[in-house]
Amino acid sequence: MNMLTRENRDADRTQTDQFIVPPSSVIEGSDGYTLEVEMPGVNKDGLDISIENNELTIIGRRSLPKIEGTLIHHESRQENFRRTFELDPSIGADKISARIEQGLVTLTLPKAEHVKPRKITVS
Amino acid sequence: MSLIRYQAPELTPWSASDRWNTLRDELNSFFELPSWSSFPRAGQLFTGWSPALDLYQSTDNIVATVELPGMRKEDIEISLHDGTLTISGERKRESTDGEKAERTERYVGVFRRSIALPTRVDASKVSATYRDGILTVTLPKAEEVKPKQIQVS
Repeated sequence: MNMLTRENRDADRTQTDQFIVPPSSVIEGSDGYTLEVEMPGVNKDGLDISIENNELTIIGRRSLPKIEGTLIHHESRQENFRRTFELDPSIGADKISARIEQGLVTLTLPKAEHVKPRKITVS
Repeated sequence: MSLIRYQAPELTPWSASDRWNTLRDELNSFFELPSWSSFPRAGQLFTGWSPALDLYQSTDNIVATVELPGMRKEDIEISLHDGTLTISGERKRESTDGEKAERTERYVGVFRRSIALPTRVDASKVSATYRDGILTVTLPKAEEVKPKQIQVS
């Protein structure tokens, strides 16, 4: 009986991925927004960005360096990162671009043309 | 010795003895500071950013890894003094002309982490790499503290 409960619990653990919420910053410029998300240990291959129902999801899977030896002081967390943002309707979802540099994901979210301030010259 | 403690102590499963050592080192470090004014950002001792640090020990090396996402290599400083490894630096804010921050969770500014090394290391052979936002400092142990096998002749 005991054995069975333990097995079930382990199965649950493998099914649900554990994620932590990475710190992020949103900066608004005149042309759009810049979104910065901290994902140390994540490189280009581990990054997964998707947009569904106007919701932007960023998942970062870490590829941490293997280090020989015993861990004698531990502060970092091993879990992968996941964060979602609701997109403002003014953002042109098809024009979003992303890059990752030293574990920092930078997304550029340009405002759609029709919401940019426009000057109309009187002819 | 931790001049600035990591902000999430509930994530650090230390054994009781470690905790006492840390407390002792922390008290010691307080007295070692020449004066508060010479310590950068003394007022931000508990509000500044303090990156997560792990320490590994193997037969030959002590390895420290620090999570420093989005830094420039040139802005990271590593120093070794009296058996204490100090990693410090500054994350600079990008120019924000005509921009406004909607939400800021990332820390910018100065950080400093210090940790007492468990054994003596060979300071001349210390090496460091910075990859994917993780700084890895490898400190080879000093010859005299490495375990040695002595053959009976």
